[in-house]
Amino acid sequence: MWKFRDVISILDYTRDELEHLFSVTDRVLERPVDVGKPLEGNIVATAFIEPSTRTRLSFETAAKRLGAEIINLEPQLSSMTKGESLTDTLRMLDDYADLIVIRSPYEGSAKHAADICEHPVINGGDGTQHHPTQAMIDLYTIRKLKGRIDGLEVGVVGDLKYGRAAASFIYGLTKFNVRKIWLVSPEPLSPRPELMDRLRKMSVDIVKTENIEEAVENVDILYVTRIQKERFPDLAEYEKLRGSYVITRKLLSRAREGLKVLHPLPRVDELSNDVDDTPYQAYFVQAKLGVPVRMALIGLVLGVF
Amino acid sequence: MSHTNEQETLRVSKIKNGTVIDHIPAGRALAVLRLLGITGGEGHVITVTMNVKSGKLGKKDLVKVEDLELMAEQVNKLTLIAPTATINIIRNYEVVEKRAVKLPDRITGILRCTNPGCITRQPMEHVSSKFIVVSKTPLRLECEYCGRYLEEEEVLKQLTQ
Repeated sequence: MWKFRDVISILDYTRDELEHLFSVTDRVLERPVDVGKPLEGNIVATAFIEPSTRTRLSFETAAKRLGAEIINLEPQLSSMTKGESLTDTLRMLDDYADLIVIRSPYEGSAKHAADICEHPVINGGDGTQHHPTQAMIDLYTIRKLKGRIDGLEVGVVGDLKYGRAAASFIYGLTKFNVRKIWLVSPEPLSPRPELMDRLRKMSVDIVKTENIEEAVENVDILYVTRIQKERFPDLAEYEKLRGSYVITRKLLSRAREGLKVLHPLPRVDELSNDVDDTPYQAYFVQAKLGVPVRMALIGLVLGVF
Repeated sequence: MSHTNEQETLRVSKIKNGTVIDHIPAGRALAVLRLLGITGGEGHVITVTMNVKSGKLGKKDLVKVEDLELMAEQVNKLTLIAPTATINIIRNYEVVEKRAVKLPDRITGILRCTNPGCITRQPMEHVSSKFIVVSKTPLRLECEYCGRYLEEEEVLKQLTQ
């Protein structure tokens, strides 16, 4: 069910498939020696047309830990600077590598890559649309820290309009039986109509609010996201909205016991450093789990797990 | 039969062979031709009648294309701008077939995604637009690439202007 399948959107996966990914991740974490280097002789290509720290490096680390070699397209040093299309670049990578991880500012580019490439494609983020592997990490982190995803109340805070990690996380939550999802954003950064429409069709219990205090008091998980400056057509609008919500240690003192704060990172000013050394902090754990989850994912897609 | 209706019937039935597209919403006949990719350069005799009286629609347009029988996949596209249209295939002055117009599940390459960040909007990439029909009434399409909705109003705007 995973082998040679393109990973484009979290919506394409069933709960059972995600549970399988999580149990393989458990194995990768608990018995790394048994996992070994099953991808020796394989080449994984990363084609990141947009900046990335954690996603690219954790994919590269994951592939290397499994024994694969990495080739890395550097857009600034490639023929893309001469005007070569992404399409032609991908065709070349498909000839060279066994698996392609792509990130692009254009929505739908991972689907397009999957359409034209014979080898499997993993979406490392396409514009404002999907970031499925981030959502897999987020869900795995919750499962690991809370022992379950079902029955939890989850708040998603920040830029729900342009944030692909937030959108994929929300879609991922719909695969489980969470009790309620709190969507907290200033009105101009409310989720896009198609996301809300899908949630309505799935009969998920949703609270849409601008009141962060109320959300913090009620949720078990607080997923904080950065306002996506780079996606705003008008920077003046960004300046008006930046700092709309700042999650601080003081704000979290109203929280339920056991609340965990997640953030796909990078953060700017929406999540205060004074939360870092509190029991709420789960975002560094989340970032660390990026490697084993992506190891499990790459191994499943290339058919060695 | 009134004088007007008689004239109208004559207009509809008088071609020998070809296709008559009837019950087009008034004012959209030219958009229908454009959507079908018929430019006039193909050499067929084409008659466009606009704003005639119609019991069903109040006013309607109709288009006659001689010596050309439109295929189902061609006429299905018409539901985007002329859901009321009826297609009559004419052979030797007789209506031999009435083709129902049925909205296809997917629309490829006719419409433009409204999201400038969509891969289909990047001129270098040459990716044709693809939309899934999410709702027929009112018409709502979803871009297969970026997931954005294309609402009926925008579809009409793109196809009629």
